[in-house]
Amino acid sequence: MIEVKKLVKRFGLKTVLRGLDFQVQPGEFVALLGPNGAGKTTFLRILASLSRPSLGSVDIAGYSLPKQAAAVRARLGVVSHLPLLYPDLTAEENLTFYARMYGITQYEVRITEVLEMVGLEQRRKDLVRTFSRGMQQRLAIGRAVLHDPDVMLFDEPYTGLDQDASSMLDGVLQTVAGQGRTVVMTSHDLARAEDLATRFDILSRGVIAASSTRDGLGKNNLLTFYKQALAG
Amino acid sequence: MAEGTITAAHRPAKSSFWKAIAAVAWKDLAAELRSRELLSAMLVFSLLVILIFNFALELDVATRRSVTSGVLWTTFAFAGTLGLNRSMAIEKDRGCLDGLLLAPVDRSAIYFGKVISNLAFMLIVEAIVLPIYSVLYNINLFQPGLLLVILLGSVGYTAVGTLLASMAVQTRTRDVLLPILLFPVVVPILIAAVKASGGYLTGASMDEILPWLNLLIAYDVIFTAIAFMVFDYVVEE
Repeated sequence: MIEVKKLVKRFGLKTVLRGLDFQVQPGEFVALLGPNGAGKTTFLRILASLSRPSLGSVDIAGYSLPKQAAAVRARLGVVSHLPLLYPDLTAEENLTFYARMYGITQYEVRITEVLEMVGLEQRRKDLVRTFSRGMQQRLAIGRAVLHDPDVMLFDEPYTGLDQDASSMLDGVLQTVAGQGRTVVMTSHDLARAEDLATRFDILSRGVIAASSTRDGLGKNNLLTFYKQALAG
Repeated sequence: MAEGTITAAHRPAKSSFWKAIAAVAWKDLAAELRSRELLSAMLVFSLLVILIFNFALELDVATRRSVTSGVLWTTFAFAGTLGLNRSMAIEKDRGCLDGLLLAPVDRSAIYFGKVISNLAFMLIVEAIVLPIYSVLYNINLFQPGLLLVILLGSVGYTAVGTLLASMAVQTRTRDVLLPILLFPVVVPILIAAVKASGGYLTGASMDEILPWLNLLIAYDVIFTAIAFMVFDYVVEE
């Protein structure tokens, strides 16, 4: 579903990604872990077609970036730590706007489905500025799944959420992933990543330093695997 | 839709270019109608400027006619910069610009949608400022030719301004950067607009006004075409 080969990203003289290789099979849930500045967000922004690779190839769902970016974007849903929502529009108006941008037909029905999925059906007529951070993040997930994407990218989705909101987001994420989607999520929260993901990749110094499936972790917990990968 | 499966029922084939333009413009106008953040700032600024000029310039009727075009375009240009800055800052601050860029549409549709909404804000402010200016300065500004110049000048100004605002908004110094980038580029349109407006107000012949009108039209077409071609590169990292 996702195939990245020898990806390099430079910002001026600074090289953030250094020949990164990365593959994800359909239906996998990959947690992309790593310290601050490892290049996780840069990598996700390239996958989302928001940033151009300096070198290397990126293929998603059979389409290559940046040449077929529009086709890739039609199959992608992206959630970041920012909600990507307009505070002066209602939840329904925000979703209507994105539905029109994605060319979704009969979007009224779909908006109702999505609002029910993220538990915000009762608040559909309320302005987003009146929502708590957790509610905004759930609506952000609703926005991202509106067009039924095959691939979901989550960039630090738990940032700024309290315990209750994080637990609620866990449920929404499990629902989204349970619908057969391919998911890549960056996170600093190893415990949450361990609960949700089926594979763990450690990004360090611009390359994937280690990768393991949930079964491959064996007796080690994710924290041990993470520390070993960074030490190596 | 059955739970637990992905269906293609809601998946977009390809979003229409025109529908995307309409969606962006609708979103901006709906949000502004509710918040009135942008329009109120532009309007208060414009009214203050014309009021200050009114007290600063105590002029006879003939001189008043000759300075009106300069005062008007100074007011529109600075108020327009306020609006352009705010319009793109709203997109950037909550990551909404990324949300727009993630849509599977030609990115120039986003540009044209923003141009339409920015132009609408500018025209609304101008529609309020013109009658107030007419009363304060005792001068009739409701001449079809002058209104055409204001429309053409505003189109060119927002076409360039929207492109440059989307560049400036990526930087930390966006509030300072936009006027520095914008004014040198819009000098031709401001000069043409001031000259053509002045021509209509002082009763100049069409032969004198026409070259400035042609310059306005040529500038609008050229810069809209340039923005259409480069917007994708401007907004992508």
